[in-house]
Amino acid sequence: MNEAIFYGAGFPYKPIKELPGKLIVLEGTDGVGRSTQIQLLRRWLEDEGYAVSDTGLRRSPLCQPGLDAAKDGHTLSPLTMSLFYATDFADRLENQIVPALKAGFVVLSDRYFYSIIARDIVRGANPQWARRVYGFALKPNLVIYLRSDVPTLVSRIVHGRGFNYWEAGMDVRCADNLYDSFNVYQSRLIEQFDGMAEEFGFVTVDATCPVQSVFEELRDIIKKHFESE
Amino acid sequence: MLRPGNYNGKLIVVEGIDGSGKSTQIDLLYKWLQTQGKSVYFSEWNSSALVKSTTRLGKKEKMFTPTSFSLLQGTDFADRWENFIMPMLKAGVIVLADRYAFTAFARDVAREVDPDWVRNLYSFATQPDLAFYFRVPLDIAVDRILSARSKLKYYESGMDLGLSDNKITSFRLFQQRIITEYDKMVDEMGFTVIDGTLPVEKQQKIVRQVVKKTLQGWQGLRSPFLPTRRTTRKHIIAPLEGQEGDK
Repeated sequence: MNEAIFYGAGFPYKPIKELPGKLIVLEGTDGVGRSTQIQLLRRWLEDEGYAVSDTGLRRSPLCQPGLDAAKDGHTLSPLTMSLFYATDFADRLENQIVPALKAGFVVLSDRYFYSIIARDIVRGANPQWARRVYGFALKPNLVIYLRSDVPTLVSRIVHGRGFNYWEAGMDVRCADNLYDSFNVYQSRLIEQFDGMAEEFGFVTVDATCPVQSVFEELRDIIKKHFESE
Repeated sequence: MLRPGNYNGKLIVVEGIDGSGKSTQIDLLYKWLQTQGKSVYFSEWNSSALVKSTTRLGKKEKMFTPTSFSLLQGTDFADRWENFIMPMLKAGVIVLADRYAFTAFARDVAREVDPDWVRNLYSFATQPDLAFYFRVPLDIAVDRILSARSKLKYYESGMDLGLSDNKITSFRLFQQRIITEYDKMVDEMGFTVIDGTLPVEKQQKIVRQVVKKTLQGWQGLRSPFLPTRRTTRKHIIAPLEGQEGDK
């Protein structure tokens, strides 16, 4: 790299000349195993001598308290949720991701704005509008899409953290109960991700495979990417 | 222009830099319309409860970048748009807004975000029926602000832009940039320009004339507090008063 390329206008008030680091994004729906893979990748990259920052879609210091309160009170509409998340994303991108890239880190991002617009569009946002909102977003060096199917997700959720109001899309009532709503909502999300895969150049990996083999595949993709630069 | 709105109500907004006198004018307009028996709703910039704590945190800790500031104010506006402005317009109310999307187009672009980007952000909102722009020379506005208030705040004075270490100098430079953006929007957004240096009552007279013209032949939601109707009711509906009292 490492010229900074943006999807739109970027940050006109703060031109970025060069970013020596690498931005690698793991995308995919809820319960697809992203955080597990990020832990494994981090360990491997550090063994290889890379400095790694794994700031992902964890909340930003600016928006975490307000967003958590708004989600608890269920006072977010699709539109305000979309914009509040965009605020959160901008804060993280400018204050965490870009500085780490400037310092030459490999940034492993657990999700990126693709997840946010997938959620927005499933909730009725105009797809063009949602994409343009993220005109300030940096183009990652590599986006890996961990693709799963709904039955696998259900199994992971059942044996993991359990069903949750937002991950089931209950705010838009895809069905009258958590389980059915989860199924409908997650399959709509997968549809969105599949559609974005080509548009944004995702490298798709089958996430229904065992953890270790998914990890090995990810490792090979990243290795190949580093060698190609 | 924003997308056209096809609501029963009327949307009237005031814009201008700090100290342009717009809030005084919209307050007088609000009271005048109420005494005319209209249903009026007033909405103020940056007043949604949804993002209040986040705004306070960001300002206190000086955490905002131009992009995150713009997005958070967009969230604030979206919340007011969906919960108040739009439903009120659908109900046939006159909505008066002290600042509207144009404030973002002026201020955020003064902070150097991309003009097209911020216009897209607000494209869910509709073009007002009337947009007053209170134009005043920088010196007059700055004098009004500084004589009325003891302290300028950090973001208000554009200190985040690093234009000057001096708050007043920074405020002046920032406001000048905002004026430039407003002036550019006069044709683009169809502003009705009001000379903000005129005496208050003269400005109000012009404002009322323009509003009157816009409301001509329009029937909005009737206000239950119409003074003339109250008198009429006493005469005509007097026999039914007993029934009404039961409610």
